[in-house]
Amino acid sequence: MSGDSIIRLAALTREYRMDAETIHALRGTDLEIRRNEYVAIMGPSGSGKSTLMNLVGCLDTPTAGEYWLNGAEVSAMDDDALARVRNREIGFVFQTFNLLPRASALHNVELPLIYAGIGARDRHRLASEALERVGLGDRMHHKPNELSGGQRQRVAIARALVNKPSILLADEPTGNLDSATSAEIMDVFEQLWHQGQTLVMVTHEADIAAHAHRVITLLDGRIHSDTVREAA
Amino acid sequence: MPFREAVRLALQVIWNQKMKSTFSVIGVFIGVTFLIGVVSIIQGMNGYMTDRFASTLLGVNTFQLRRYPGIQMGDVSRETRREWRRRPRITYEDARAVAAGITVPAVTAWESTTSADIVYEGSVARQIQVIGATEDYFRLKKWNLEQGRPFSPQEARAGLPVLVIGSELSERLFGNLDPIGREVKIRGTLYRVIGVVEPQGNLFGISLDKFAVAPALSAVKRLVNPPRVVDALLVQTESIEDLRTAMSDAEAIMRSRRELRPTEENSFSIETSEAVLDFWGKINGILMLALPLLVGVSVVVGGIVIMNIMLMAVAERTREIGIRKALGARRSDIMRQFLVESAALATVGAALGILTGLAAAGIVQATTFLPAKVAPWSIAVAVLLGAGVGMTAGLYPASRAARLDPVEAMRQE
Repeated sequence: MSGDSIIRLAALTREYRMDAETIHALRGTDLEIRRNEYVAIMGPSGSGKSTLMNLVGCLDTPTAGEYWLNGAEVSAMDDDALARVRNREIGFVFQTFNLLPRASALHNVELPLIYAGIGARDRHRLASEALERVGLGDRMHHKPNELSGGQRQRVAIARALVNKPSILLADEPTGNLDSATSAEIMDVFEQLWHQGQTLVMVTHEADIAAHAHRVITLLDGRIHSDTVREAA
Repeated sequence: MPFREAVRLALQVIWNQKMKSTFSVIGVFIGVTFLIGVVSIIQGMNGYMTDRFASTLLGVNTFQLRRYPGIQMGDVSRETRREWRRRPRITYEDARAVAAGITVPAVTAWESTTSADIVYEGSVARQIQVIGATEDYFRLKKWNLEQGRPFSPQEARAGLPVLVIGSELSERLFGNLDPIGREVKIRGTLYRVIGVVEPQGNLFGISLDKFAVAPALSAVKRLVNPPRVVDALLVQTESIEDLRTAMSDAEAIMRSRRELRPTEENSFSIETSEAVLDFWGKINGILMLALPLLVGVSVVVGGIVIMNIMLMAVAERTREIGIRKALGARRSDIMRQFLVESAALATVGAALGILTGLAAAGIVQATTFLPAKVAPWSIAVAVLLGAGVGMTAGLYPASRAARLDPVEAMRQE
């Protein structure tokens, strides 16, 4: 096993029980992602990519198998420990942005810091810096509904990065954006990757997936293909 | 999430939804208003009964020997009233014998009252309390004179037509004139005013300064009672222990004078302020027992309302909860957020209730004779009650919020 492995899944399985039926969302997946990889997970709906995403993001727990994140076995953790991992290790970017509508951009970015127990002054400074980094230094006190889609997604990115997570998890990050704005967000991801950030992105759009250097395709709860693009 | 952060967030949510918040705290608000208002009035009455009512009417460490009780409390049956009317009256001889026979140091005075018109030149003061008394009456009543002097033992014994009057009566009859030495007429007899008692204020809205005191043996005796009869003998001692002794002395003397057999009941009444206070204590006790019940009902209803509002809030904010959890909120963080919100909501309601209750007490105080005295403990109870109800009502909604699955929660629109 390589030393800079950041995510390691071993026979990871997730089943949902619905009435008498059992749905096999993920059937024993093995996967390893190293530091500073930029991975796209593709697949048709029902292929298990959302389930994989939720498991990797520690929002869900596996039925069987192991999940190691940064050397810790996440699959054995309790609720509070998982919350801590989500807070420290993972930054989420969602298709629908998932910003708190009544809170300012700044407060939205401060949220992970609040749960990390960081004091008000440091919180304020770190959140401001994160917003400046995504080019929203002049929009800090705007509410989400006063921002464009691209700006909202940048607030979400600032929020995802404010705790300096090990991985940035993006779930259809451009799904609600027009193509120009999508390109903009992809540029931001590209820069983050060059700065050393590990990115995992779920998408069903091939041209978006093409930004990643490694593309994993899921089908029926199994990894169908795993291709690494040679660095240009 | 630190506690301060949770409180700030809760107040923000409450402020953002002013309308909804107002409705949701109405139960707690009413309960607390009631608590503060009623306790203030009971408290005020308490002070009033102890400080003014009992001591004004009966005096501290004082008992009154009468034919039947001067202050009748609770239900008095017709048979009892009939029996009272059959009793012999208190005679001069009774009063003298009791006053002489008391074995502890005591101040005694006679008191007989009636109501009569008092005339000075053209002006008439109608329905004035006219009292026939002995010289120690003023000392016993702790009345100080603002003008003139009380009547002397000699004047009392000789039954001279002299008069000591209340300050309001003085004003009514004489206005700005000096009342001392002026002659007034009561039912055709002339009396000379020799003193004015300083203002005594009022009791339940009735002025205590409209009276005239003449020596019991003066012509006033014909107005107040049949010959050689007094309404009451007043006995005041220095301590409560002495009062008990004096009371049993008086009882023994009266029983022997009336030759009552051991099986017979007293055919006279010995009345103290304690009896009045006991009765008030009973009423007070009932009120204080009923109060928690009334407050409890509105607060329980208020709690149920708050619980429903919080359940609604959790349902409405499921997505927010999901987002917070995704960003690292633990169960306890979410739990605390909603508990604090619920407690803050109820506490705000309680605070408004306290203000309204205080205002109500103030209004009662200002516009009626009822005194209102705010009890600090009732404010403390109100605050704790508010926070407690909020916490309790918030428990179930908050735990539901805390247990939400982040993936499911974020899926909600």
